[in-house]
Amino acid sequence: MTEPQPGRRPEQLIALGFIVAIVAALALAGVYLSGGQAQAEGVLLALALGGLGFGITAWGKYLMPQGPYIQAREELTSTPEERRAFGAAFERGEAAFGRRALLRRLLAGAAGALGLALVFPIRSLGPNPGRSLVATSWRRGSRMVDLDGKLLRADTLEVGGVATVFPEGHTDAADSQVLLIRASDAPIVTRPGRETWSPRGNLAYSKICTHAGCPVGLYQQQTQQLLCPCHQSLFDVLRGAKPVFGPAPRSLPQLPIAVDDSGYLVAQGDFTEPVGPSFWNRR
Amino acid sequence: MTTDKDSRPPRLARVARWTDDRLAASRFVRSALDKIFPDHWSFMLGEIAMYSFVVLLLTGTYLTFFFVPSLRDVVYQGPYAPLRGVHMTEAYKSTIDISFSVRAGLVMRQIHHWAAIVFIGAILVHVCRVFFTGAFRRPRELNWIVGVAMLVLAIVNGFAGYSLPDDLLSGTGLRVAYSIILSVPVVGTWSAFLIFGGAYPASSIISRLFVVHILIVPALIVGLLTAHLAIMWHQKHTQFGGRGRTEDNVVGSPLWPSYAAKSVGLFSITAAVLAALGGLAQVNPIWIYGPYTPAQVSSASQPDWYMGWLDGALRVWPNVEIRLFHHTVGNTFFPGVLLPGITFTLLALWPFLEARFTGDHEPHHLLDRPRDRPFRTAMGVAALTFYVVLFAAAGTDVLAVYLHISENAIIWTFRALALGLPPITAWVAHRLCRELAASKAGKRQPPNIIVRTPDGGYDARPSAPLRTDSGIEPEPTPLSERG
Repeated sequence: MTEPQPGRRPEQLIALGFIVAIVAALALAGVYLSGGQAQAEGVLLALALGGLGFGITAWGKYLMPQGPYIQAREELTSTPEERRAFGAAFERGEAAFGRRALLRRLLAGAAGALGLALVFPIRSLGPNPGRSLVATSWRRGSRMVDLDGKLLRADTLEVGGVATVFPEGHTDAADSQVLLIRASDAPIVTRPGRETWSPRGNLAYSKICTHAGCPVGLYQQQTQQLLCPCHQSLFDVLRGAKPVFGPAPRSLPQLPIAVDDSGYLVAQGDFTEPVGPSFWNRR
Repeated sequence: MTTDKDSRPPRLARVARWTDDRLAASRFVRSALDKIFPDHWSFMLGEIAMYSFVVLLLTGTYLTFFFVPSLRDVVYQGPYAPLRGVHMTEAYKSTIDISFSVRAGLVMRQIHHWAAIVFIGAILVHVCRVFFTGAFRRPRELNWIVGVAMLVLAIVNGFAGYSLPDDLLSGTGLRVAYSIILSVPVVGTWSAFLIFGGAYPASSIISRLFVVHILIVPALIVGLLTAHLAIMWHQKHTQFGGRGRTEDNVVGSPLWPSYAAKSVGLFSITAAVLAALGGLAQVNPIWIYGPYTPAQVSSASQPDWYMGWLDGALRVWPNVEIRLFHHTVGNTFFPGVLLPGITFTLLALWPFLEARFTGDHEPHHLLDRPRDRPFRTAMGVAALTFYVVLFAAAGTDVLAVYLHISENAIIWTFRALALGLPPITAWVAHRLCRELAASKAGKRQPPNIIVRTPDGGYDARPSAPLRTDSGIEPEPTPLSERG
């Protein structure tokens, strides 16, 4: 009964690691062949890699030369002679190029012109922004439809109800999304000059946050506020969606709406200002 | 038979000779095998980042065989019942298919996502290690800049990657990114249209992000990583002070076989942890978020962790924007463009700034202990505090719900913390450094053993010295002398 030889125990542990790896890897193949199961695959792969990693690491740490060994660190800077030799070699070219000033300038011009010409294809990546950021698909008389394409009347929403609406035929126009809020039963004047914009208490605001463009989707009826869930900007519904808290710098644009002869909600025209977040050429 | 085998060199030696006859690589390879790498646990952090990147490449390649980067509208008819009959883009559908229809797809996808999370985390901790120990000082300023560039690219690629599935959460993130680009003075509007291929949501963004995510940025990272390693190899690794360690030498274990074995082992263990996370910890369950539609958003929308500081900055930045001469500098420009721009510029320039402050332009190969450089440590702690506060501010809505505090109070608290906390933590860190440097604390003492004496008293006796204490660390020797 002697004590185990020094060095036996690490060897046994390393062997155990490799055996675990072999068993787990074979089991992993088995799991895959029998239809796969994400948790089992993850655990078995972890065991296979872990056993392998444990074994190799322990082998390196306990059964291989550890040192500490020492090695000299060479000077990282070149010697003055080497630098002089480099300077001389470089000057060879410098002299050849430097002597012919006209050719040198023409070369620079040719390279510059080519570079400039190669910039232009970038233009193909996208259309001219044009007026696309200041106009939406709302037109005078555009009828309001919800996401399923159903037309809305002034009393479709209960008081306190909200709906995301689009101009008829443009339910895929992301810039035209509008949050229709039935804030009351009577017209609401949110700003001077907007006396006719809210038939029977229906208010229509652009749903795109003026901060970073998220859909402003959360309406709190008790406080008459709209909350943007991305960065928590808060807008006052009864005062023209003026921002009352958070990072949004501007009110949500209000869409002037009316009721047409058939009783459907329609737009009186497009928004009177650009919707969504700010951009450089926004006035 | 045996005589024939014995008379010829072993097969490996013959292959080596054949190769050397053509490349004359013996000298270089031998010196490479003999190369000494200092041992310290904190030197593994960069390796963990690198190995996470390897896992990202392997799992990511697998995923590209199944992912379809297209916004074409399709109707889901697969095995996941809640989405059956729902209109969605091919990008979203193919990600759902990877998760539910491709065998081993879900585990690969989740390992990939976890590897990205760990990759950027490991880079960040590695940056902290290099910063607080002064490893960026001359001659390693260039490698510091290469590293900062890789950090930026890693964050960009993480964002591009989790935006690809076109789910409701990531679509919202892309919408915010588009708005931030729009806000840039002069070039913002055109840049947004050129990058996205039109007004949001443009039809080309997913296919473009795909090329960015799987080709352009990974190729750049591979190139920079190669440069990072080559420069590190050439300049040799830094080391902490200790017995026999000077500015003119490297003390540690040789590349072959000890360091190689340990490093391969570290790769396996990193991959094992990522596999366990990918199998057991659900990440980015896009089937719960649903496909992206521009008019919808879920509450508690938070990005991946490494974007948190930017999301938090967007929330706490006051509601101002600049309007001049019929033009607008949008609100999101300041927290979304200026803040990261200043952050990474200052980070990249830090080695030069510090050299100017301290007047120290000498080369350094021995690392600082953070306590010995109170100013640098305090600056690092202040910066970390600032970004951690911004990171926490990305959860203002969640905090408001859980703590039953008004959103307003929370935002104002975070505004105050972002400006007020960094000076305080900097002062505390500076003070701690000074006191630690003055005391003997941290120089590891052998533990004391408390013994009860026969007459009822207590006696503290020092135990046997620790093997790792520098006092009994063996004197380092040149490799060849030990055979």
